[in-house]
Amino acid sequence: MRFEMTTQTGPCPTRRLILQGAVSVALIGLGNLAFAPARAAANDKYPEEAFKLKNEAEAIKALYGKTVEPSDKVKLDAPEIAENGGVVPMSVTTTLDKVTSISFFVAENPNALAATYRFPDGTIPAVANRLKMAKTSNVTAIVEADGKLYSATKEVKVTVGGCGG
Amino acid sequence: MASSIRVRATSNGDITEVQTLIQHPMDTGLVKDAKGELIPAHYIQELKFACNGKDVFVADWGTAISKDPYVKFSFKGAKKGDDLTISWTDNKGGSDQTTAKIA
Amino acid sequence: MRARTSLLLGSLSAALVAFALTAPSLVAADKVDPVADAKAFQNFFFQKFPNVKHEDFVNGPYSMNEDMKRQWQEKEEFPPYEFALDAGKEMFSTPFKNGKTYADCFPNGGIGIRQNYPYFDTGEGKVVTLELALNRCREANGEQPYSYVKDEMASLTAYMAFTSRGKPMDIKIPDDPRALEAFENGKRYFYTRRGQLNFSCASCHVQSPGERIRAEVLAPALGILNAMPIYRSEWSGMGTISRRFITCNSQTRAIPLEPQADEYRDVEYFLSYVANGLPISGPGARP
Repeated sequence: MRFEMTTQTGPCPTRRLILQGAVSVALIGLGNLAFAPARAAANDKYPEEAFKLKNEAEAIKALYGKTVEPSDKVKLDAPEIAENGGVVPMSVTTTLDKVTSISFFVAENPNALAATYRFPDGTIPAVANRLKMAKTSNVTAIVEADGKLYSATKEVKVTVGGCGG
Repeated sequence: MASSIRVRATSNGDITEVQTLIQHPMDTGLVKDAKGELIPAHYIQELKFACNGKDVFVADWGTAISKDPYVKFSFKGAKKGDDLTISWTDNKGGSDQTTAKIA
Repeated sequence: MRARTSLLLGSLSAALVAFALTAPSLVAADKVDPVADAKAFQNFFFQKFPNVKHEDFVNGPYSMNEDMKRQWQEKEEFPPYEFALDAGKEMFSTPFKNGKTYADCFPNGGIGIRQNYPYFDTGEGKVVTLELALNRCREANGEQPYSYVKDEMASLTAYMAFTSRGKPMDIKIPDDPRALEAFENGKRYFYTRRGQLNFSCASCHVQSPGERIRAEVLAPALGILNAMPIYRSEWSGMGTISRRFITCNSQTRAIPLEPQADEYRDVEYFLSYVANGLPISGPGARP
């Protein structure tokens, strides 16, 4: 598998991921999976282990420890084709009640979990952010509402820009 | 102007909308520099927003958040003139904090 | 075979004669008509894209593609060039070692004047761009010039563009044969094919705006400088006009010129002039 990162960071960035780096991070994550207790995102701690996982299903399990069902009450707004894989704006809104957490997963990224947000009482269950996407991928938004998980998924295409307009 | 955090908090009735743009490289640790060496991972892990003594929003971020990260959310129960405190910590132990008045 | 060859030669020489007789002199001032050129240039785009509002052309690829436009608008709510803009403002107001500031070099203290650049300096007999004027200001006050392709110049021009946002581009061509020649020179550079890919600027930005080259959507040439300098996601940073001309040359596998080379100054003059009337939208953001 090749991981192609379109993000440009650093003074003179290259576009290549180090395959070994990505693989070793993933392996470390998998190695710890047995020891990482499944925790709800409403927990106070930074979910370090969940962020290390390559596989989306495993990352969801590590973060929430529950199963997810798709729901049309979760609305994920993301572009058809990202203008640049390094900065993809996307947002989630939902009509569900008692939302405690919303998370973003990018299945084809080196690590599937991109971000997770906690919503105390009184905070409106909606969030907009900008994510990096390594390549064309399904993006899944998960809303934790009243203890259950609901999701919406959308495919976002990522092309590597070559020339510029 | 030294803070890395730019914030716009505007209240509309009972709802306050917050937008933040933070200056931070959000390096993934997977990109090489011109010399061919890996630029170490350097990214904000936790970002908190507090108002009137309680957390109103907490973000847990990984390396897939874009450089100079942005987030927008809204919350109830605050009004014009209230203080909104934003703070972040990153994987290298760096941090920053700022307080802005809701407009 | 012989008959065909002589026919060929005959028609070739006839063509050459015709060409020699009718080829317009590129320097003859009485034939250069920037006003007509600008009108024709603008009308070409207005007619080719009747659903694009005139002022929208300055938004480059976003005027050509809805999906991209939405992403751009979302990012413009809190744009990625905020930090460069703040840096530029601070740089602009920080005095030089001798106590003077940029404001001392420019009309109106340098505020709200970006739309007047480039201008033709009749004393020097050449086009002066904003980037060039800024570095001359620095040197006149004992400071080292900035690189034309790095962050400092980008931040400075970002701030100056910002103070002119919304103002219509307003380039003047004085009644001077050298100014008209500079305009023609710029026009010629724009339309000349070059490099391994044998593209002219027009190949992409006049013939193919809205279409894709590899994976990128091409911007229309009309108003293409109005958003400069631009924050490009691809660069993860801000870039100047100089930077973009150079990288565009490189990407079409043509040999890039030095920043602020005569041809670059002239093509900036040409492109800015034909966009007269369209609003300054800089600093801009692009993919």
